[in-house]
Amino acid sequence: MPETATPERELTFAQAVREALAEELRRDECVCIFGEDVAEAGTPFKVLSGLVEEFGSDRVIDTPISEAGFTGIGVGAAMTGLRPVVDIMFGDFLTLTMDQMVNQAAKAHYMSGGHWKVPMVMRTTLGATRRSAAQHSQSLHAWFSHVPGLKVVLPSTPYDAKGLLKTAVRDDNPVVFFEDKMMYKLKGPVPQEDYTIPFGVADVKRAGSDITLVATSSMVQVALGAAVLLEKEGISAEVVDPRTTWPLDEKTIVDSVKKTSRAIVLDEGYGRYGATAEIAAVIAEGAFYDLDAPVKRMGAMHVPIPFSPPLEDVTVPTDEGVVAAAREMCRK
Amino acid sequence: MTTAASNPEIGRESSTEKEKWLRAYRQMVRIRLFEEQVNELYTRALMPGLAHLYSGQEAVAVGICEALRRDDYITSTHRGHGHCLAKGASPDRMFAELLGKEAGYCRGKGGSMHIADPATGNLGANAIVGGSVGIATGAAFASKRLKNGRVAICFFGEGALGQGSLYEVMNLAELWKLPVIYVCENNLYNEYTHFSETTAGTILGRALAFGMEAVAIDGQDVRRVHDVAARLVERARAGNGPAFLQADTYRYSGHHVGDINREYYRSRQEEQFWKKERDPIQLHANWLIAQGHADSAALEKMTVEARTEIEGAVKFAVAAPYPSVDHVDEDVYA
Ligand SMILES: Cc1ncc(C[n+]2csc(CCOP(=O)(O)OP(=O)(O)O)c2C)c(N)n1
Repeated sequence: MPETATPERELTFAQAVREALAEELRRDECVCIFGEDVAEAGTPFKVLSGLVEEFGSDRVIDTPISEAGFTGIGVGAAMTGLRPVVDIMFGDFLTLTMDQMVNQAAKAHYMSGGHWKVPMVMRTTLGATRRSAAQHSQSLHAWFSHVPGLKVVLPSTPYDAKGLLKTAVRDDNPVVFFEDKMMYKLKGPVPQEDYTIPFGVADVKRAGSDITLVATSSMVQVALGAAVLLEKEGISAEVVDPRTTWPLDEKTIVDSVKKTSRAIVLDEGYGRYGATAEIAAVIAEGAFYDLDAPVKRMGAMHVPIPFSPPLEDVTVPTDEGVVAAAREMCRK
Repeated sequence: MTTAASNPEIGRESSTEKEKWLRAYRQMVRIRLFEEQVNELYTRALMPGLAHLYSGQEAVAVGICEALRRDDYITSTHRGHGHCLAKGASPDRMFAELLGKEAGYCRGKGGSMHIADPATGNLGANAIVGGSVGIATGAAFASKRLKNGRVAICFFGEGALGQGSLYEVMNLAELWKLPVIYVCENNLYNEYTHFSETTAGTILGRALAFGMEAVAIDGQDVRRVHDVAARLVERARAGNGPAFLQADTYRYSGHHVGDINREYYRSRQEEQFWKKERDPIQLHANWLIAQGHADSAALEKMTVEARTEIEGAVKFAVAAPYPSVDHVDEDVYA
């Protein structure tokens, strides 16, 4: 076989996260990681495996099961010279960190008249269908997106995960970084070299002309799956991934909907007062006169996530559900 | 070996005393066999998700729950099957819950980590570490206000000592003399980290700081657990306030059923030591035989009966139907 250019390197989502952190730990002495079972165990999802071996246990640090306490330590350490990456194993445990994130981290810069900064990243997970029941399956990113002072990142591919996480570590604000725990094994091309992806820049994951599917995190794969099925029916769907819910790239979303004149917004959080509500409002404000159908929202059913598989499966949007909704909206 | 015929102690002890310890044995065996079947269901891919096995810790749940009334309350944890069974839950509906079936205690909505059963005073297992400390203390508050004489047992692992809310409620419980007993099962590991790496000071010192009655016991000795629990429960019931019980124990299996390779955080020798030298069921069997309360044939018969019960419960659960999808949005609000 003739010698060809090396094929693009593929990494899993988990490997991309690990590589981003390893590179940032190497680049900047002030970066450190702490959380429950992050060191030798490398987290229950094995995302951080190998980091403690390279960087030592004073930079990759196991904590007690004290989410409120070590999040607060993250805030204080960030204000005074470090760049902590705080690990909250399941997004459901974010509830325990809320005072530190909402009343402290989010406000320290503003309340001090711009004197203090909180360059901290909180990494955590979201997503259902893992048969983990109501306290291990929630997607709570909308709560943080609601609060001025916090930035919220929702990567949907290994490429985005690496680039966005590096931006998060270098940002001078508290950033909450949500990883879909069902996506850790997803593979995709990831450049070896250093690169960052700016916040507030949406990515058009697939171009189309009949309908826009705005999708975040876990729902990007669902939207892409639906787009393939829709193509077979002669409906051309564009998939727009905002990548950060705050800052939000309103322009890319609105421009896409102006072009297609229809939109479904997909997000695994609850629709009620959720990310989909906000994005649908942005579309209504920016593209109202271009719409041929009301904007549709699809998210988690308004129930605590049930354990039983047949029940859990109907609480989350699926490719088929999106296809049915899109077909309905595109009927002339 | 001491036989019933040759033991002069026999007959001095009341038969209820003997029955009590035989019953404790049977309960521990039922829990052990239950967990073996859970692991089996996981290995055969019949159980959705994961489960955290209680094997090795049976003497704690059984010793304590045998000192309770049926209407006393318990709160449990992610490692909760033993607490639920010891408090009186039936294995068939528990397995049904673990498999997400309609016949389960929570109609399939809760699963392994959320079994709740009002009939036996079980306020619920909990998947948030420390998540039930407020609930147990609140139940004790209500008991006191309603004067119904109920005591609340709050089971948690030593990992929950990391949660600040525990100290808030312990302070309140002591201030208000609430009938709650905080049971810290120290099985040495918070998931994959030894508790000595996460816990400063002493465990009992935390309770003593609030002026709370605090006792540490060998959690592998069901009779010791029971005797101490009985005293603390009656003390609480009489209005003399809360207590803290530290039970030193060990989990035999992984943190959950999927945690197979454990050498990086604990040695095989350590596991073997506990299983061989410190097994609560074996230790109690030895004692029962030495006391002449039973011979090994009688104990074996109890085990066979328990196995029949547990295997029947699995069959029931496997054959049981899933809930109808229409139920998904029922019970969000009362
Ligand atoms: C608030 C919270 N943080 C983290 C977890 C994840 N987690 C589940 S079990 C566990 C370890 C618990 O250790 P321990 O309390 O000692 O109980 P054990 O598993 O030993 O029975 C952790 C960290 C959780 N469920 N809840």
